[in-house]
Amino acid sequence: MTIIEARGLKKIYKSKSGPVHALDGLDLLVPQGTVKALLGPNGAGKTTVVKVLTTLIQPTEGTAFVDGIDVLANPRAARRIIGASGQYAAVDENLTGFENLEMVGRLYHLGAKTARRRAQELIDQFELTEAGNRPVKGFSGGMRRRIDLAGALVINPKILFLDEPTTGLDPRSRLALWEIIKNLVSDGTTLLLTTQYLEEADHLADDIAVIDGGKVIAEGTSDQLKARIGGHRVVVALVDEADAGAASEILARHGEGEARVSDDRRSVEVAVTEGPRALQYILADLGQAGVGLHDAGMRRPTLDDVFLKLTGHTAENEQDAENSEMEKAK
Amino acid sequence: MSVLTKQTTYESVGTPAGQLLSDGWIATRRNLIKIKRVPEILVFTILQPIMFVLLFSQVYGGAMNVSDYTNFLMAGIFAQTVIFGSTFSGAAMAQDLKDGIIDRFRTLPMSPAAVLIGRTNGDLVINSISMLIMMGTGWIVGWRVTTSVWGFLGGVAILLLFSYSFSWVMALLGMSVRSPEVINNASFMILFPLTFISNAFVPIHTMPEVLKNIAEWNPVSALVESARQLFGNTNPDFPEPTAWTLQNPFITILIGIVLMLLIFVPLCIRKFESISSR
Repeated sequence: MTIIEARGLKKIYKSKSGPVHALDGLDLLVPQGTVKALLGPNGAGKTTVVKVLTTLIQPTEGTAFVDGIDVLANPRAARRIIGASGQYAAVDENLTGFENLEMVGRLYHLGAKTARRRAQELIDQFELTEAGNRPVKGFSGGMRRRIDLAGALVINPKILFLDEPTTGLDPRSRLALWEIIKNLVSDGTTLLLTTQYLEEADHLADDIAVIDGGKVIAEGTSDQLKARIGGHRVVVALVDEADAGAASEILARHGEGEARVSDDRRSVEVAVTEGPRALQYILADLGQAGVGLHDAGMRRPTLDDVFLKLTGHTAENEQDAENSEMEKAK
Repeated sequence: MSVLTKQTTYESVGTPAGQLLSDGWIATRRNLIKIKRVPEILVFTILQPIMFVLLFSQVYGGAMNVSDYTNFLMAGIFAQTVIFGSTFSGAAMAQDLKDGIIDRFRTLPMSPAAVLIGRTNGDLVINSISMLIMMGTGWIVGWRVTTSVWGFLGGVAILLLFSYSFSWVMALLGMSVRSPEVINNASFMILFPLTFISNAFVPIHTMPEVLKNIAEWNPVSALVESARQLFGNTNPDFPEPTAWTLQNPFITILIGIVLMLLIFVPLCIRKFESISSR
């Protein structure tokens, strides 16, 4: 059964340089009890989708339903069954962890007693017991994020939305949060999460929708997406960057499509169908051409490769460019 | 995870009005806790009124060629302080928007007015504390109410009521600006002329014609005049006001309060239902 259904979502913002299409006819279906990741660089429209589905903004066009409730016509009914946690830990700094969660429970209309009980349960579950009675002000980023996530879980929502849940966290906190999220969805909660981390989508999601320019440009399981760009990839690390041209020619001869040269011109890679044999041929030809190697091998494609293949640009590069644009704008 | 049951059930709070009250109280409590935990707020709330009362009554008092300047002044100081106190709502809404907690509230099935009610109630509490401090300080430097208990209570009520409705104006401003810093600068730009081009600190008849006209129609003048009359602090040395607004300060200020609430409460709620962080 489909529990999240969005069709033809458009969101157009006016700006000085003309209209900006944050969403450009986006369709999204999420079956009940599954985890769907929206994967894309900053500015792709991920957050906008989540904001529409969590009743925060109205789209310019399109329809959105959660569990059969029309989000646009009846936002308050939708709010009773969803839990949402945004990109920035939305907690009150001056309240303790416990007070934050109790307040959220009260505002979900759980009643005073239930709200308190639930707040305590979540504090314990998220291992915040010591910090639960101190104002959030003194919490680390990871702890704030956990309180915020706990806030989204106060009612055990049928549908959970997490917008970039681990952005800005150190690797250890990220792993811890992944564990929590995995536990959550193991008991049947439907989760829609957005992420710029390919690894995160790979790790958490049943199904991935790749978003670029306000549209879904590819959809499927992690394996399906990887299959779209062929089997293995052969990667060689060069001793001399002057050899990059010759090497990429040889790799292209034995691979599928063009070979990719890294920015520092120290490494060249190509997608191949029959990995081991292609590697043998490539090494033989490289040896004959006198190209010195530090390293050579095969690897499975990553979602980064998928992104590059689908959009013609890598997720990370675009994100950096956009971050610096945003910095400038500030 | 064993304690979790699927989709926690709801205990309905009941009627929409009951829900509004309950949500409003929960949002208010959040701001009361903040007053308790952020000592700067309380220090500012207590010291600023003391400072203003002492500065104006002692520094200007002697120079003002007026008998009994302190009694004349106090209603003005009260008005200025509670109006400045109303700016907390603006700054706090802007800060909440920046922090993202507005997004949290807006995804909860709560009454959309609750956050605003909580915020403006927070201002009311701060302003009430300020009023108490100012009255105490004023009493020490010689301020006396010459009417009755009812006059006294009426004066306090009208000052707080005006500041409460003004909090809604500032809340709308706070939700409309890009950052909390903007609101602080903007409120000074608005509040200084608003409170100084009025009868709060000096009698209007001494002003140049243009300013005099502005001051006569400034709601702050009607507010101060009302409070002055209720406290029995009008100064017999000054000529009777000639403008209708100041001859009928009570009607003027009540209309002003009602209008502000009628216009800005719905505007605030509508704005709240469309805002989202970043």
